[in-house]
Amino acid sequence: MEKTNIVPETVLTASKLYKKRSQLADIWHNFKKNKGAVLGLIILGIIAVMAIVSGFVLDYDTQIVRQVVRERLQGPSLKHFFGTDQYGRDIFLRILYGARYSLTIGIVAVMVSLAIGGVFGIIAGYFGGVIENAIMRTCDIFSSIPSILLAICISTAFGASIFILMISVGVVSVPAFARVARASVMTVRDQEYIEAAYASGASRLRIMFSHILPNSLAPIMVQVTMRVGSAIITASSLSFLGLGIPAPAPEWGSMLAEGRSFIRDYSYMTMFPGLAIVITVLSINLIGDGLRDALDPKLKR
Amino acid sequence: MNNKNLILNIENLVVHYETENGTVKAVNGIDLKLNKKRAIGLVGETGAGKTTTALAMLRLVPDPPGVIKSGVIELDGENILEKSIKELEKIRGKDISMIFQDPMTALNPVFTVGEQIAESIILHEKVSTAEANTRAKEMLEMVGIPGHRAKDYPHQFSGGMKQRVVIAIALACHTKLLIADEPTTALDVTIQAQVLELMNKLKEEYQTSLIMITHDLGIVAEVCDEVAVMYAGRIIEQGTLRDVFNKTKHPYTEGLFNSLPNVNNRKAKLQPIPGLMPDPTDLPVGCSFSPRCPYANDNCRENKPIPRWISDTHMVECSAYDDPTFHIARGEK
Repeated sequence: MEKTNIVPETVLTASKLYKKRSQLADIWHNFKKNKGAVLGLIILGIIAVMAIVSGFVLDYDTQIVRQVVRERLQGPSLKHFFGTDQYGRDIFLRILYGARYSLTIGIVAVMVSLAIGGVFGIIAGYFGGVIENAIMRTCDIFSSIPSILLAICISTAFGASIFILMISVGVVSVPAFARVARASVMTVRDQEYIEAAYASGASRLRIMFSHILPNSLAPIMVQVTMRVGSAIITASSLSFLGLGIPAPAPEWGSMLAEGRSFIRDYSYMTMFPGLAIVITVLSINLIGDGLRDALDPKLKR
Repeated sequence: MNNKNLILNIENLVVHYETENGTVKAVNGIDLKLNKKRAIGLVGETGAGKTTTALAMLRLVPDPPGVIKSGVIELDGENILEKSIKELEKIRGKDISMIFQDPMTALNPVFTVGEQIAESIILHEKVSTAEANTRAKEMLEMVGIPGHRAKDYPHQFSGGMKQRVVIAIALACHTKLLIADEPTTALDVTIQAQVLELMNKLKEEYQTSLIMITHDLGIVAEVCDEVAVMYAGRIIEQGTLRDVFNKTKHPYTEGLFNSLPNVNNRKAKLQPIPGLMPDPTDLPVGCSFSPRCPYANDNCRENKPIPRWISDTHMVECSAYDDPTFHIARGEK
């Protein structure tokens, strides 16, 4: 008698569990399986919290940029975790504060390139033909210019400020976004459910943005996370070259540049900002990897 | 013809696909009439132009490379080919709907089935979202799926249930003409019967006309009132179910019947039609079927056949009937 009861009940609960999981929860479930990605998420979370909190806790004028000559060039100690630089500024606090720059530049730059590249890519993929050729060939031209050179051109032309830095870093990855968006739109465009949407009388604009776009989002999302990492690196490189955020601001790239001349005797000055960049970019890439695996329908179940 | 009763009138429809490698003559002058509440079966091999004809009725022939060269398609008295895109968007899904071949791919994976049914209603009728959702649930129940499953995504349904959802979407706006493009080909035989039964039932309830595209003569016999047999972009035989099934005239139709297994004579060998469909970029000068036709004569190979009305309802396009004594083997029985 028990047997007959047990079977249907398990089946019932199983189907209930299965049904209750929404798509987002499904992605999260797959994401959790990837230990590296979870680690990346935790680290990035800590960095993000530091970036936000440091803005409220630390005083920019007294703790970040004020020169304290008598404490200059001290090695790591309990008072200064990462030591001090040649002006006696605490490197640990500067790195904490610098996280704000790197993260905001990375995210805003990617949003810029997503907005420009994504829209162009969707249009190219949807319409095809002449429009596609015009857009994609322009992208080819842009991507044939070395990205750092392009970014240098833009920031020298418009001056060094955080806003210009965001734009120039963003423009660099526009072609990559256009290409990814176009490719994934093209695979979705010819699906039967798009034809079915036409057959039920949906307009072209509606099909483009409410039928094709959500279905081609997965590769674009992965590209977004991956690109945040490289945007941070590009921004830091520009700052390292003196084209990014102007001097006293504790941007990680410009801290590297400042420490460069002291690298023989005071290597911690370059090591800590470098580590900060590496850890941030690594954790973002780990998240991107995990997201890609979680969004890949082939790996489901 | 009394025009009031006519839901669909196609005259001399020509659709070509113009590719770099030559012009594919997919549909070459089709005439088709369908009365309200009737069901017609469009039968033929793959590549006969059935699906292209259906897409032309919705003006959804992929362009480029597809071009509707000439012809008239009148839906309820209005010429579809003269409509603007805006007008077409109002007609599609409202007056004319289509059920696609493969239910696995015909539903959008990122929306719940309820949303997809409701979308069709919202597009065509001025109703609130809440009302559309209620009606979507009713439609689901109409096709035999519990209403609470409207919140589920397509991947949570089986193939047969997905096809029911597709049917629900097609019928959500009380469409006048329903085109079903091989609706059961991708389904199990057991599910096929259920889906056909459901379509028959809904056809009666909603009083829609139906165009059933299929290569399965069994389905035609079950669902349709009339049959049109297509070959290489032409309708070569057309008539009521009785005309075509019992008084078969065209050698190709005969070939189709001979390639079906016969339940009464289990020892009989199947007789497939020899050869393949002609290359649609390079059709024969005369009758398209002449290279494969056991009855073909020189006249068939050199001159295009013309439609020949045997009775008010029965048309055949075969030059062999120029000879009044000609008859095909099946007719003898």
